[in-house]
Amino acid sequence: MTSHEPRDRQPQPRVSTRVNSGKAVLRRTGYVAFMAAVLAFFAVPMLWLASAPFDSDPGLGLHWPDWTLSNWTATFEHPYALGSLVNSVVLCVVATAVTTVLATLAAYALSRVRIPGRDALLYLLLLLSSVVTGTAAMVPIFVMMFQLGLINSQYATGLVLAGGILPAAIFILKDFIDSVPRSYEESARVFGASPAQVLLHVVLPVARPGIATILVWAFVQAWGNFLLPFLLLRDIDAQPAAVLLNTMKDEGGSANLTVIPVFSLLYAVPVVVLYLFVSKRYGFRFHGGIKA
Amino acid sequence: MAGIELTELSTVYPNGVRAVDSLDLSVRDGEFFALLGPSGCGKTTLLRTIAGLEQATSGTVSIGDADVTRAEPGRRRVAMVFQDYALFPHMTVAQNIAYPLRVRHASRAAQREAAARTSAGLGLAGLLERRPAQLSGGQQQRVALARAIAMEADVLLLDEPLSNLDARLRLEARTFLKRLQRDLGLTTVFVTHDQAEALALADRIAVMSQGRIRQLGSPKEVFQRPGDTFVANFIGSTPMNLLSGTVSGGLVEVAGARLKPPPGVSLADGAAVTAGIRPEYLHVSAAADGITGTVSIVENLGVTSLVTVECPGEALVGVTVPEGEEPSVGSTITAAPDPGRLLLYDGETDELVGEAKVAES
Repeated sequence: MTSHEPRDRQPQPRVSTRVNSGKAVLRRTGYVAFMAAVLAFFAVPMLWLASAPFDSDPGLGLHWPDWTLSNWTATFEHPYALGSLVNSVVLCVVATAVTTVLATLAAYALSRVRIPGRDALLYLLLLLSSVVTGTAAMVPIFVMMFQLGLINSQYATGLVLAGGILPAAIFILKDFIDSVPRSYEESARVFGASPAQVLLHVVLPVARPGIATILVWAFVQAWGNFLLPFLLLRDIDAQPAAVLLNTMKDEGGSANLTVIPVFSLLYAVPVVVLYLFVSKRYGFRFHGGIKA
Repeated sequence: MAGIELTELSTVYPNGVRAVDSLDLSVRDGEFFALLGPSGCGKTTLLRTIAGLEQATSGTVSIGDADVTRAEPGRRRVAMVFQDYALFPHMTVAQNIAYPLRVRHASRAAQREAAARTSAGLGLAGLLERRPAQLSGGQQQRVALARAIAMEADVLLLDEPLSNLDARLRLEARTFLKRLQRDLGLTTVFVTHDQAEALALADRIAVMSQGRIRQLGSPKEVFQRPGDTFVANFIGSTPMNLLSGTVSGGLVEVAGARLKPPPGVSLADGAAVTAGIRPEYLHVSAAADGITGTVSIVENLGVTSLVTVECPGEALVGVTVPEGEEPSVGSTITAAPDPGRLLLYDGETDELVGEAKVAES
C-alpha cells in the first residue's frame, strides 16, 4: 500500500500552495483588469473608427452599428474627398522621396567625412528644423512661396515639408550609418569598387533597415502635417486629406459625421499599408557579417 | 606576382601621430612576410598604407615595378582580408567571393565560375548559397580568403588573420594558411601581434615598434639572435632573461656568476652589458660555471616547467626544465647556458654585440 502514502500526504503542501496561488491569482487578476482598462481607453477610438463608417446614424459615442454602406456612397460623392487623398499621396511621395534620398546621402557623407564642427552643425540643423516647419516661420515661408508663385503647388509644398523633416532624418540616419563598420566599404574599395559602386553595392544595402525606418517615418510626418499644407495650398482642389478633414462641416458648423468616419478610415489606410509593406519587404532587421 | 618596395615611407595621422616613421622595406616576390609588433606599433597602419586605405605622408610604395604611392586602393592589384573579414552581410557566399569580378563588370557566368572554382579550393563548395551570418568563424575566414584570391591580385594583405578564431581553430587555420600561401605562391604580407604566429608562418619577419622596424630577418634569426633588447623581450613564448652585468677580465659578471662571452666578442673591462639568455637555452647542471640561486616558483607548462630562480643581486632568472626533473622550491640550483646561446647587449644602446645573422641550415 505504498501508493497510498503519497496521496495521504499531498493535501498538506497543497494548502500552502493554495495560499500562494490565491495571492498570485489576485495579483494576476488585478494586473489583467488594469491592462484591460488601459487598452479599452485606447481601443475606443479604434473601435469607433471601425464601426462608425458602417453606422446609419454615426455619432461621437460608441455603440453597436446599424449596418449600412450609405456613408461610403456619401463620401465617394463628396466633391473633394477622393481628390484630396490623391493630393495627399502626391504631396507625401514628393516629401518622402526627397527626404529619403537627401538624408541618406547627407548622413553617409556626415558619417564618413571629417568636417570640423560636424556635431555642432547637426544639432543646429535639428534645432532649426522645428523652426522651418513650425509656427515661427509661417509668415516668411508663405511670403516666399507667394513671391515665387508656388502657392497651390503640391510639389513645392512637398519640398517645404521635406525641408522640415530632413534634419531629424539626417540625424537619425547618421547615427545608424555610424554603426555600420567602415571595413565593408574599405573592403569594396580594395577590390576596385568606385565610390558609386561602394554606395550602391555595399552602403545602401547594409543601411537598408535604417533607410526603411526613415522612409516610413518621413511619410507619416508628411501625411499627418496640417499647418503647412493648410497655409500653402489655398485652393480646395489642391488640399490634402489632412486639411480637407477640417473643412468637413455642415452649414451650421458642426462636424459632418456622415463623411468624416469613412474619410478617416481611408485616411488611415495608406500609413498602415506602407508600414506593413516596408517592414515585410525591407525588414527592420540586420544580418551580421562582421565577426566581433 | 610582384614584390613590394617601400622607401622612406611615413604615414602621419591628422592628430600628429607618426604611425609609420620613414620606413624602408622590401618584400620579395612570393614571400610570406610578417609585420610583428605590440599594439600601437604602426603595423596595421603600414599594411593599410600598402593597400592605399591610408595616404602616405611621404616616401613611396611600389608594387611590382609600378609606383602606387598615390594610386587608389582598387588600382594597386592588392587584395586584403580584414581582421573582421568584412563579408557583405546582404550577399551570399557566392556573391561575396565573386564581388571583385562584379566590380569589373564581369559576366554573370564568369562570376559564378570564379565563385565555384575558388570556393572548391577552400572547402566551401556546399556553402555558396548561405549568408555570412550562417557560417562559423573559420568558414567566414575562408570566405574572406576566397574573395581575396578571386581578385587575382599581385599581393595579398592579411590583417590579424587568426585573431578572431578560437585557440584550437587557430592552429588549424595557421597550417591551412601556410599551405595555401605556398600553393598560390602569392606575395603575402600579414600583420600580427602574436610572435608564435609570426614565427610559425612567415618566411621573414619585421619586428616593429613606434613606426620603425627594429629587426628584419628569418624567424630563426629573430628568435635566436634578437637584434636588441626590445625584440629579445617580445619574441618567445617565455620571456627571455635579460640581466644587467659588467665585463671584467674578459668574463661577464651577471647575477653573481661569471660567464664566458660568446666567441668572437671582446669587450673592454668595466663595460656595462645586458646578458640575454632564453629559459629554454639554460640547463640545470652541477658544473660550476653557471648562475646559482634559490628556486622560488615552478610553473608547469606541460612537457616542460618554467622554474624561476632567485639569484644574488635580486635578479630573477627563468629556466626551462624537462618533465620529471623539476627541482623542489627552496632548493639551490645552478643553471648554465647552452654553448653559443648567451647573447650580450650593449648596456647603453641595448643593441646586440656581434652579428645578428645566423647561418641557415
